[in-house]
Amino acid sequence: MIKLISVYKEYPRSGLALKNVSLHIRKGEFAFLTGPSGAGKSTILRLIHMTERPSEGEVRVSGFSSKQVKRRDIPQLRRRVGMVFQDFRLLRTRTAAENLAFAHEVTGGKRSEIKAKVQRLLAQVGLASRASAYPEELSGGEQQRIAIARALIHDPVILLADEPTGNLDERAANGVFDLIREINSVGTAVLIATHDLDLVRRFSQYRVLELADGAIVYDTLHSDGKQ
Amino acid sequence: MASSSIRGAIGALRRSPGLAVLSAVSIGLSLFVLGMFGLVTHNVDVNLRHIERRVEVVAYLRDDVSGQLLEVLQNDVRSFPEVSDLSHVSKFEAMRNAMQDLEEFREVFTDLEMNPLPASIEIQLKPEFRDPESVRRVAELVSLYPFVEDVQYGREWVEKIYRLRRVGGAVAAVLGTAFAIVASLIIGNTIRMAVLSRRDEITIMRLVGATDAFIRRPFLLEGLITGLGGGALALGLTYLTYLVMDGSLLELSWLPNLWAISGTLAGGALGLLASALALRRHLTTYV
Ligand SMILES: Nc1ncnc2c1ncn2[C@@H]1O[C@H](COP(=O)(O)OP(=O)(O)OP(=O)(O)O)[C@@H](O)[C@H]1O
Ligand SMILES: [Mg+2]
Repeated sequence: MIKLISVYKEYPRSGLALKNVSLHIRKGEFAFLTGPSGAGKSTILRLIHMTERPSEGEVRVSGFSSKQVKRRDIPQLRRRVGMVFQDFRLLRTRTAAENLAFAHEVTGGKRSEIKAKVQRLLAQVGLASRASAYPEELSGGEQQRIAIARALIHDPVILLADEPTGNLDERAANGVFDLIREINSVGTAVLIATHDLDLVRRFSQYRVLELADGAIVYDTLHSDGKQ
Repeated sequence: MASSSIRGAIGALRRSPGLAVLSAVSIGLSLFVLGMFGLVTHNVDVNLRHIERRVEVVAYLRDDVSGQLLEVLQNDVRSFPEVSDLSHVSKFEAMRNAMQDLEEFREVFTDLEMNPLPASIEIQLKPEFRDPESVRRVAELVSLYPFVEDVQYGREWVEKIYRLRRVGGAVAAVLGTAFAIVASLIIGNTIRMAVLSRRDEITIMRLVGATDAFIRRPFLLEGLITGLGGGALALGLTYLTYLVMDGSLLELSWLPNLWAISGTLAGGALGLLASALALRRHLTTYV
């Protein structure tokens, strides 16, 4: 479903960020992407979201290929790939419900559907009672839940999360992490970039992809054969 | 979807009404200068056309031309495509006109034993053939008749009028372009500010998969509305000036409706185009 094939990524001033990365994430899979700062985790997520294009190689996401995709196809792709960040990226001037409605509306969603959909998503992330709160009136964990709800608005095939718990204390982090696992349990694939190794160790049943210096150095899925 | 971009544009105008008004006013002032120029051009044109009507070719006839030949000449000339009208001035009429026009010479004329003035035909050209080229062509054709002694036409006069109109047109085009550029820069800057003030929203729109067209639409609409507002303002100012000047200073005629309407619409088109250009530069920054 998501495939990176011999991907190289070079940034104008900082040189090679990814060197010959190949990976495959299947439907409904759950995987961690770990590695030290600057290893290239965010770069991989951005390539899947097609905010960046590979310098060499190919990225395939749910029927779209980085080799053929046109600028005008990318919105369709982004509706199939939900993305959340460490800093939430909510609109400060809109309430929780309005943030979700905004995302629905600007992607051509029907106005008649908005209300029901927003309510369903708020319930799903456990914030039905905070619909009319502004981001600054919400805790970090709650804000991240709203951001996750927004990422789910088009029932994506995969949820990408870049350090989703990086700004949260342990309790809030666990809550958000549990929410992401719930989402995965109903069929959405999940790829979490994190350097929280505690978290990764606690859930050793999940696949771990370890990056170092722009290359995959460890993949639990293939670890039996390699090490 | 259309209604949400209208709301977006109105929201943007409401969020920064000062900026929107400022840019509409500057477009309005730029187009107002153009409107004034249009008013002057139009009135010069109206007057020129008046003067042009006097552009005629006069063929002086030999005294011995027969009535029959004269008939033939008149019929021939009347059938030229350039000719709208012609009239015959007999020797007697020529004398009478001369005595009227040149009163101080009346004595001289009366004393003459015979009438020295030739008969003539005065040829009027259709408006579209009042250019130097056509006038010369008609004059040459007429002079080919053997009983036509001489042909005269206001050659310099024709050329001067013609050049004046061409220069007027060129000046209008240059000034118009200059002001259009100024107005575009102002709109472009307004749109840039609007994009900047909404960059968080744009980033989120890109993130969740809004199309480029969708993201653009409210900004284009804002440009269009601002441009139309400026155009309407310019039209109003031009009309006001016309009202003040007409009668008190000069006899003016108001612009043809087509000019007024297309001037206002041009404001809208300008606003749309300028914002499209500004978006091409400023929207790509937020991927
Ligand atoms: N937009 C950019 N322009 C230039 N260089 C960049 C850009 N983004 C990332 N890089 C470089 O690419 C390399 C990988 O960066 P990336 O952000 O993918 O690392 P990361 O693994 O996400 O790190 P962190 O854990 O600190 O978030 C780094 O060396 C970084 O400096
Ligand atoms: Mg990162």
